[in-house]
Amino acid sequence: MSRDDLPLVLGIETSCDETGVGLVRGCTLLGEDVASSVEQHARFGGVVPEVASRAHLEAMVPTVRRALDKAGVAASDVDAVAVTAGPGLAGALLVGVSAAKAYAMALDVPLYGVNHLVGHVAVDQLEHGPLPKPAVALLVSGGHTSLLLVEDLATRVRSLGDTVDDAAGEAYDKVARLLGLPYPGGPPIDRAAREGDPGAIRFPRGKWGDGTYDFSFSGLKTAVARWVEDAGGQGRELPVDDIAAGFQESVVDVLTRKAVDACVDNGVDHLVISGGVAANSRLRALAEERCAEAGVRLRVPRPKLCTDNGAMIGALGAEVVAAGLPPSRLDLATDTSLPVNMPLAP
Amino acid sequence: MLLLAFDTATPAVTAAVCQAPAGGGPDTVRTAAATSSVDARRHGELLAPAIQEAIAEAGTRLGDLAGIAVGVGPGPYTGLRVGLATALSLADALGVPCHGVPTLDALAYASGRTGPFIAASDARRKEVFWARYADASTRTGAIAVDRPADVDTGGLPVVGHGAALYPAELGGGARNGPEDGDEAFAPLYPTASALGELVLRRLLAGEELDDPRPLYLRRPDAAEPSGPKKVGQWKA
Repeated sequence: MSRDDLPLVLGIETSCDETGVGLVRGCTLLGEDVASSVEQHARFGGVVPEVASRAHLEAMVPTVRRALDKAGVAASDVDAVAVTAGPGLAGALLVGVSAAKAYAMALDVPLYGVNHLVGHVAVDQLEHGPLPKPAVALLVSGGHTSLLLVEDLATRVRSLGDTVDDAAGEAYDKVARLLGLPYPGGPPIDRAAREGDPGAIRFPRGKWGDGTYDFSFSGLKTAVARWVEDAGGQGRELPVDDIAAGFQESVVDVLTRKAVDACVDNGVDHLVISGGVAANSRLRALAEERCAEAGVRLRVPRPKLCTDNGAMIGALGAEVVAAGLPPSRLDLATDTSLPVNMPLAP
Repeated sequence: MLLLAFDTATPAVTAAVCQAPAGGGPDTVRTAAATSSVDARRHGELLAPAIQEAIAEAGTRLGDLAGIAVGVGPGPYTGLRVGLATALSLADALGVPCHGVPTLDALAYASGRTGPFIAASDARRKEVFWARYADASTRTGAIAVDRPADVDTGGLPVVGHGAALYPAELGGGARNGPEDGDEAFAPLYPTASALGELVLRRLLAGEELDDPRPLYLRRPDAAEPSGPKKVGQWKA
């Protein structure tokens, strides 16, 4: 089948603070655009759902227009619409799902409500081609920290482990605040850590060696808070770079160790790391190192595709269409906690 | 001229196809098909099927529409955005204009009243959205959000769910006693039929219509963070 014979999928993503639209054929990204409301949330130190929802409504149609322009296609060329049905923020999801239903109805094409988490894995196909089956995926973002066993993107995804408290990205945001660094906390901590000594302060590794693939970051955050408080009480100047480096080392040490263990234990030789935290330089470096030692091939999409975007939803939509799964009905509901074993929402 | 109208800014999900014959005046406007249901928590699920139902019942297709009309609130935000996101996206995909009308104006028009009155809807948090009207199609003041006790009704009748929720404050002379029930405040909710006919009449009369921008009337609830919590008390 030639490339042009594959269906053109319009992917729409609004689960958090990014309005994303992507146009995908098979494993090819034709064009995408993202409008972010992150600056409106910065002074609140986290995403404010109502602010995000208002921004989605404003950005929705203009983002679709820009994505179509970049892809060089017309709306009438679209063969299917895929949209994030969950998990995510209720009000935010509803803007994208409402828009997706409208485009599907108006263009008279099928609608597919798909899973945001699986989309983060599927997007790697746009960068590195079809994903070998099975693969292990580590999803790390401000809202999620999960290890998945992916046997088939459209039909068989199993959760191996999850964070039991904060997501990794959430821990970055909270620690950035403790250190007086801006929101979102990932990039500034990554920068500071490069100047610091990761061995200067050893912070605890949550759920290290507990025999599960679960994660915990709230104890780590508390340990950093306590360290900062003690230093403040003694009137010492904060060694921000060393704290950032020590904190980051603790996070990526556990993430990469458990991810590689999951590959080895399950006899899987491909690991995908995706989600906003996958842009972190130390996570990438340590994952490279440990995957090489274990004989595991590492796939990390470029940073722009790791954060929330519409291309990932288009990519998963293309998989779901190719698998011949039935389209969603127009009364499709959003599901704020859609489980990862449902790539296509029920 | 065929127009699809809908509103999701109250507990009702309502959709209609309205039409005016070519060259007809405002009085030729009529509703070809309409559907309404009340379920405050399922706007996102109910709207698209309601649109399909109205389109099918009118014996037409989305591609035949000349425009979209949508209620722009004020109303509970999540439901409000379902309508607006749907309207803006439909209009974009179909290449037709999208007209916005305040939801209270559609409620007022649905009342068919010929004299002065007030229309009120539920704003939650023990408040109502409300506005004054000279008659069903003429609003005479800005839309406001207030506690029911702070609405100066001036003895005018009040229609809408907002009045039914607060009969002691907004019931005025409209209701003689509890046995009257909510009918005294009818219509409780706007209808898409009223919304669509109102828009068609205005278009045919050559009036300017608003862009479909949501009327929130309140800022998002969000507090800027204070300093970090102390964790010292958890020390061993």
